[in-house]
Amino acid sequence: MRYFTEDHEWIDVEGAIGTVGISNYAQSQLGDIVFVDVPADGRELAKGDEAAVVESVKAASDVYSPVSGAVIEGNPALADSPDLVNSDAEGEGWFFRITLSDEGELDSLMEEAAYEAFVAKL
Amino acid sequence: MSINQSGWRPTTPTKGNDAAPTFTGNKALMLEEALIFKIGDATTTGVDFTGFGAPTAADDKLSGLARTAPIGLPGLSEPETVRHYTRLSRQNYAIDLGLFPLGSCTMKHNPRLNEKMARLPGFSDIHPLAPVDTVQGALEVIHQLAHWLVTLTGMTSVAMSPKAGAHGELCGILAIKAALAKRGEGARKVILVPESAHGTNPATAAFAGFAVEDIPATPDGRIDTAALIARLGPDVAGVMITNPNTCGLFECDLKTISDAVHAAGGYVYCDGANFNAIVGRVRPGDLGVDAMHINLHKTFSTPHGGGGPGSGPVVFSEALTPFAPLPFVEKQGEHFVLIEEETAGEHHADSFGRMVAFHGQMGMFTRALTYILSHGADGLRQVAEDAVLNANYVLRSLEDVLHAPFAGAGPCMHEALFSDSNLADGFSTLDVAKGLIDEGYHPMTVYFPLVVHGAMLVEPTETESKAALDQFIGALRSVAERAKAGDASLKTAPHFAPRSRLDETQAARKPILVWKEPAPIAQAAE
Repeated sequence: MRYFTEDHEWIDVEGAIGTVGISNYAQSQLGDIVFVDVPADGRELAKGDEAAVVESVKAASDVYSPVSGAVIEGNPALADSPDLVNSDAEGEGWFFRITLSDEGELDSLMEEAAYEAFVAKL
Repeated sequence: MSINQSGWRPTTPTKGNDAAPTFTGNKALMLEEALIFKIGDATTTGVDFTGFGAPTAADDKLSGLARTAPIGLPGLSEPETVRHYTRLSRQNYAIDLGLFPLGSCTMKHNPRLNEKMARLPGFSDIHPLAPVDTVQGALEVIHQLAHWLVTLTGMTSVAMSPKAGAHGELCGILAIKAALAKRGEGARKVILVPESAHGTNPATAAFAGFAVEDIPATPDGRIDTAALIARLGPDVAGVMITNPNTCGLFECDLKTISDAVHAAGGYVYCDGANFNAIVGRVRPGDLGVDAMHINLHKTFSTPHGGGGPGSGPVVFSEALTPFAPLPFVEKQGEHFVLIEEETAGEHHADSFGRMVAFHGQMGMFTRALTYILSHGADGLRQVAEDAVLNANYVLRSLEDVLHAPFAGAGPCMHEALFSDSNLADGFSTLDVAKGLIDEGYHPMTVYFPLVVHGAMLVEPTETESKAALDQFIGALRSVAERAKAGDASLKTAPHFAPRSRLDETQAARKPILVWKEPAPIAQAAE
């Protein structure tokens, strides 16, 4: 099941494991992405914490964790190929995987249709 | 988030040029120039040693430690060196060439009188460790400048040593930290920073060990005063406010905010980078500011923009004065003395320490004092008035063609802010900026402040005449109209610059920061 935040992160949840990235809309707004800093393994994140940094040719932006939990791993491919976020933001360009500590937090996130409606208004 | 919808890619074909390429690659007076390593030859030097013969053991003053292998430095004769840098300098843009609209940077003319004064040997040829009796004139310059900075800002004291704006911010925040520690309130760990503040503000607060919390902006580009006041509490150390702010607007509620922050036990840091818009008109001390840096290299001219050094003195309120850093100059009778750790005694026991080894940027002090004294009180007031008038002239002359998000909120201060929201689909601020290069201007500040979509920030300063402004406005209008009409040639601009549109993406993803010798020579160089 995939959820989105108003800050344009997405999270795919399977059991208690979530995979997090930024939305295709976000990458299109950022432009060419040149650097991604993903969180270290084991880092404890609270919902809304600054989890990663993404730099495009124009700006650096924080990526916030959509849920609380412990980071399992950052996407190692992004170090050498930050362009994966441009080419496949909601697939190969994922940022990190996290063990959810409170699945109830997902209730505050948007499902895909709601996010599309949210973006359409921006 | 900032936006790149330009659609441009490195593979986009550039506009064809009908003229045949030249043998040299030069385009008339626009000269191609290779890297210095490529034009140099290690056997060429500026000095000819022929006739002295090969060095013998007796010539070796380094006891056999003389280098035996090349070290990879280029070798150029004197004329080759002079031409190399002169050719490169011709590809540059400077305030001495034309209007420099870079918003937030105050690229004003640096009067040549400043340079004449700064080059007087009594100021330029002295050493920071020279006995104070031998440098009384230089100390008097620092003391006089300090007096005028305190007078112009309505504050109590000034630390002259910080070397630039962000360094000054750190100085001010460290003084706040020291004051809180003295009060036993080190638990105040939060600095509030509005969205309309300079980007260095949150970085400074974080660097000084504080947690940064954003305060939103109102739709008219100013601080959300109610939100800021609501956030105040026993954990808040202070606020950092840029006034005038990065949207080019005066923060009208600053006094209200200051009173509320003080009542809640915090301090007010003001980023004075945009002091040029209010110098001689507004005294930040009257608005309840506790510390503010002044960019001498902006408000009081002095060369900058990849050129001269910066200088960021920090003025303090009475509450923070005891915590100001050392050293500073004091007048005792007719004698100027330098108050340092050894001489400070118990009067300055609470000083938080030092920002730099010595006194600060002497050359900038001399230039700034020259600027202040040659303008006088009326002249400085007119600087602010003309800077604001010029910015408003730009704003009102272009608001019909470029979207100006805060134009409805009344006059701007020193800079005019536009957005890319009414350009044709696929055209963005970047295309306008690149088109402006073809018109012979350095682009304005782009994609900053972040609160505005595709921001274009123009700061003309008081330097420009109406004729110069009219030409710039005409150029920007022309480029903006092309962007609104979807002129495809703008997507590949600039066409007349030494290089057309650069591959900024690849440069950021795979930067080549150090020149590497081609492989065969690399072996010899070890």
